[in-house]
Amino acid sequence: MTFWELFIETMPGYKDAVIATVKITVLGLIIGMVIGLFFAFLKVSKFKLLNFIADIYITIIRGTPLVVQIFILYFGLVHFVDLGRFLSGGIALGIHNGAYIAEIFRGSIQSIDRGQSEAARSLGMSYPLTMRRIVLPQALRRAIPPLGNQFIIALKDSSLVAFIGFQDLFNRAQRIQSATGLAMESYIIVGIYYLLLVLVLSFIVSRIERYLSKSERGLT
Amino acid sequence: MSENDIVIEVQQLNKSFGSLHVLKDVDLEVKESEVVVLIGASGSGKSTLLRCINFLEINESGKIYLEGNKIDPKKDDLNKVRMRTGMVFQHFNLFPHMTVMENIIEAPIQVKKMARDEAIRIGKELLGKVGLSDKADVYPRMLSGGQQQRVAIARALAMQPQIMLFDEPTSGLDPELVGEVLEVMKALAQEGMTMVIVTHEMGFAREVADHVVYLDQGRVIEVGAPDQIFENAMEERTKEFLSKVL
Repeated sequence: MTFWELFIETMPGYKDAVIATVKITVLGLIIGMVIGLFFAFLKVSKFKLLNFIADIYITIIRGTPLVVQIFILYFGLVHFVDLGRFLSGGIALGIHNGAYIAEIFRGSIQSIDRGQSEAARSLGMSYPLTMRRIVLPQALRRAIPPLGNQFIIALKDSSLVAFIGFQDLFNRAQRIQSATGLAMESYIIVGIYYLLLVLVLSFIVSRIERYLSKSERGLT
Repeated sequence: MSENDIVIEVQQLNKSFGSLHVLKDVDLEVKESEVVVLIGASGSGKSTLLRCINFLEINESGKIYLEGNKIDPKKDDLNKVRMRTGMVFQHFNLFPHMTVMENIIEAPIQVKKMARDEAIRIGKELLGKVGLSDKADVYPRMLSGGQQQRVAIARALAMQPQIMLFDEPTSGLDPELVGEVLEVMKALAQEGMTMVIVTHEMGFAREVADHVVYLDQGRVIEVGAPDQIFENAMEERTKEFLSKVL
């Protein structure tokens, strides 16, 4: 069987795998954004205890491999609660990416000139209101490029959920390889799928970036 | 009831940043409708004094009375206090993600819970006052520095403050744009706004100020009417400073 024959033949079966990868990545990113924003707030807080809690989280999560975290949530947790492959994998991806996203948000929040919050506070706006209306809208815009980068990493890292048997792109490729014995072809094909997804994601991120930067440049 | 006329009273104020003692036993008194100009070399503590008055910096010791009430930063709601003291910054600090009008109506709507229509009506009025009626829907980046600073003044006025604080409002401007900002401030003074201004514009200070306060190394060295300070300073240090800047 040639490469192209294998490509065409496995294409219909890849449809579900593509959807599964997209779904678990989206779940992971949604959880990751919530966790990330939460810990970013802890990190920019003036309370040392909250900074410390955020530091512990980020240190542990960034200091251990994603595949270990996935296995802990799936195989380790199963004695207490069986989340299933999708939830275990998605939550693990969220917890993992949350640590990186927290640092992205922290950096972008701290990059906003202090004068902005001082001006808001001088108008009588409270700290939460200043954050919500003045600092965050600007910080989120600045966070888009590094966030997009992190999204791409998350999409590719989601392939690790194949090892708990979740039927994503990579899991599919492994099955095709063992069924056909065509290792090179199988993995190049799955690589193409990942590449296409990454290109689509990059495109979406760059459109959002362009849209958001318009008003700040004063073009709207 | 002369006591009620005192809008800002600062007594024995001390403020340090780490080991740097920036304000040393500073007293300041500003009556209603008065314009007080703070002068002094950079690092003399004049901006810090201004920032203490609306509690962007919290003093270590000393008392601050605003409109007759002693303000305790630990107990009082500083957001309420700041609503009554407008502040204009050297670097304008307009919100870049909002149009000029949105900048102006943000705090009245969000903080005072003013109806949007009412806020816009006030906003238009204020833009007219600072001569920028045609710029309501423009983003700050498209404006010159002088225009941005005039928007910042309008934004502060939109909260209808009792006191306006100006922290070197023209220091960040190209020389040809200084005049338009000073004009707006002059008009404001003529309307009877109580103002405390940190500036290096000595001509403006002389023309508009009721009192000039000279600070040096965190201490108030001399307070007086502009003519007296500029022509007949009592203190040697004041004379020396003025001879350098005039």
